[in-house]
Amino acid sequence: MAQHESTYKPSNNFGKWMDERLPVARLVHDSFVDFPTPRNLNYLWTFGGILTFCLVAQLVTGIVLAMHYQPSADEAFNSVERIRRDVNFGWMIRNFHAVGASMFFIAVYVHIFRGLYYGSYKAPREILWILGVFIFLAMMATAFMGYALPWGQMSFWGVTVITNLFSSLDSIIPGLGTSIVQWLWGGYAVTGATLNRFFSLHYLLPFVIIGLVILHVWALHVVGQNNPTGVEPKTKADTVPMGPYAIAKDAVAMFAFLIPFAWFVFFLPDYLGHADNFTPANPLVTPPHIVPEWYFLPFYAILRAIPSKLGGVMAMFAAIAVLAFVPWLDRSRVRSTKYRPVYKWFFLLFVITCLALGYLGSKPADGIYVFWARIFTFYYFAHFILVMPFVGLLETPKKLPNSISESVLGKSGGGGGDTVPSGATASPEKR
Amino acid sequence: MQSARAFGLALSAIALSAGTVWAASGGAHIERHHWSFTGLGGQYDKAQLQRGFKVYQESCSACHGLSRLSFRNLFEAGGPEFDEAAVKSLATEWPNQIVDGPNDDGEMFERPPLASDPIRGPFANEKAARAANNGALPPDLSLIIKARTVENHSSWPLHVVQMGKDVLSGYQEAGADYVYALLNSYKGSEPDTNGMYVNAAFPGGKIAMTPPLTVDNTVAYLEDGQSAPEGMTVPPSTVAQNAEDVTAFLAWASDPSLNTRKQIGWQVMIYLLITTVLLYLGKKQIWARLKH
Repeated sequence: MAQHESTYKPSNNFGKWMDERLPVARLVHDSFVDFPTPRNLNYLWTFGGILTFCLVAQLVTGIVLAMHYQPSADEAFNSVERIRRDVNFGWMIRNFHAVGASMFFIAVYVHIFRGLYYGSYKAPREILWILGVFIFLAMMATAFMGYALPWGQMSFWGVTVITNLFSSLDSIIPGLGTSIVQWLWGGYAVTGATLNRFFSLHYLLPFVIIGLVILHVWALHVVGQNNPTGVEPKTKADTVPMGPYAIAKDAVAMFAFLIPFAWFVFFLPDYLGHADNFTPANPLVTPPHIVPEWYFLPFYAILRAIPSKLGGVMAMFAAIAVLAFVPWLDRSRVRSTKYRPVYKWFFLLFVITCLALGYLGSKPADGIYVFWARIFTFYYFAHFILVMPFVGLLETPKKLPNSISESVLGKSGGGGGDTVPSGATASPEKR
Repeated sequence: MQSARAFGLALSAIALSAGTVWAASGGAHIERHHWSFTGLGGQYDKAQLQRGFKVYQESCSACHGLSRLSFRNLFEAGGPEFDEAAVKSLATEWPNQIVDGPNDDGEMFERPPLASDPIRGPFANEKAARAANNGALPPDLSLIIKARTVENHSSWPLHVVQMGKDVLSGYQEAGADYVYALLNSYKGSEPDTNGMYVNAAFPGGKIAMTPPLTVDNTVAYLEDGQSAPEGMTVPPSTVAQNAEDVTAFLAWASDPSLNTRKQIGWQVMIYLLITTVLLYLGKKQIWARLKH
């Protein structure tokens, strides 16, 4: 994995015996204890650990829920109610899973914006970043199918609206869209057959995410972490070993993150959902507003901002796909936006754009809301396609510090004369 | 040009909607009511749930079922906590029987509910319910409070502020506010020519449900000549009081674990806060080994 020299020393004979046969302990030690992390990481870098926790929490609560849930059109809604009412602490497990989905997305959005701000996608971290985009896509698919499972009104109509979008592909190749939609539905309408396949895929996809996460972490351990300066670690003084330093920090952040998490689980379990989903699915009654979960709202706003159906669908998928090209769209010489006096204002505008699209996605698609959705959709894409390449080329960045330790300790301390914790090494990859 | 006009419109829209506007999907204004179970520490008021059940039994159960609830829930902790024996005898007299069977002769039969049976409504199925109600379907009330909400139609800055306030104060009682307003918003008790009643809180303003509570037809909390149990005050039976009590009862029916949930919530909060502080102090100690 990481190319720094292993410092693992088995502490007993069994450890030695094992190490010669299957060096799992050495792998863990080198990857998660002795792994060098830049010493200037701020708390935004703790979200990788938080996301790992979220994934595991969703898996554990999800597996328990699946023991009680019945994926059939007749029983799905009733079984969720039985979980809330009659399963011992079922309400807690169900709340943890439902709120957990939202918290997972809060964490992943912070993680993505952190990567965008500090240029964590730039060489040599392109593959790391693209794997992240795939994880994000898999998360969205998983969350969408998961929201279908309670089979309430919003589940049913959300599935109907979103799967129907694929029918717009008929205008490219006649019959293509219709075939895809029928294949997604398992029939000619959204029925229990759709629910059953969504349940199957909702159980499958998290394990795909685990696989992608392993690759993501692997790629991270090859190239090492970026840091707020965007300057690669050069000497031992620039890094600290992950254990105990980064782990201690990750633990603080994880428990701090659990406070709002638990706040919603115990005090506002249904705040992030929709009242309509407490009415069983009814194909004959359409709810007045069909709105997706909050974490899809910016993309929903983009979908509806485009006057043509096919165009809207393509824009929505392009809004995610464009992220994969960011490593090449950004032409800046420096990574971190901290040292980019012009781009940082565009970055702020981009954050506002995403929040505004989220708000507009929750509103009806008419009048002034569509107007603003179009403005912000325009900027969303302009940010990637125009701002990233051109501001990167034209801007004069501020002077970068010579090293990470110089940025932390000031000029005098940069020489490496300070106490270096034992085991800390320089950049994991010696280029 | 057009964009400048739209921008002006947006600005005036923000300026005009200075007050927070709450409305059901139809547009009527819905007041927020103070509930004993609202907020971070709110719990159900047992006496209120008991009164609310009486209102449900005498006023709602003629049309509406409560089928996600079992009779046993009525004596379990965290709810109205009626006496177990009283609930069991109530179940045997409940007008809506349970269809069971087949028996040894292969016949289905009706029997009185047991404590473990659902609190069924009077209609065998949706068609029967619609046939008896002028085409309208009286919904099952077990989830009615969770299934209803009040939309926030304020301008976006106020909307965002209100969301923040609600999250911090633990407010998710919009469904109860709506049902309470609905029960209090009938204008007159005579139907129009289509058999619909005027109700400002209902989306569209016209509802098929006969006014369940009117000034002349409230649910009495005490039988004639009965006095309040020792140490308890029983409020007068007004429409507003009946409506409040039955709404609280239905809120419990749709969220029976609320009491435990909020109690555990505080324990979890305290645990997380202390652990976070301890972890932070530990982290500071560890990082103090490094030169800053």
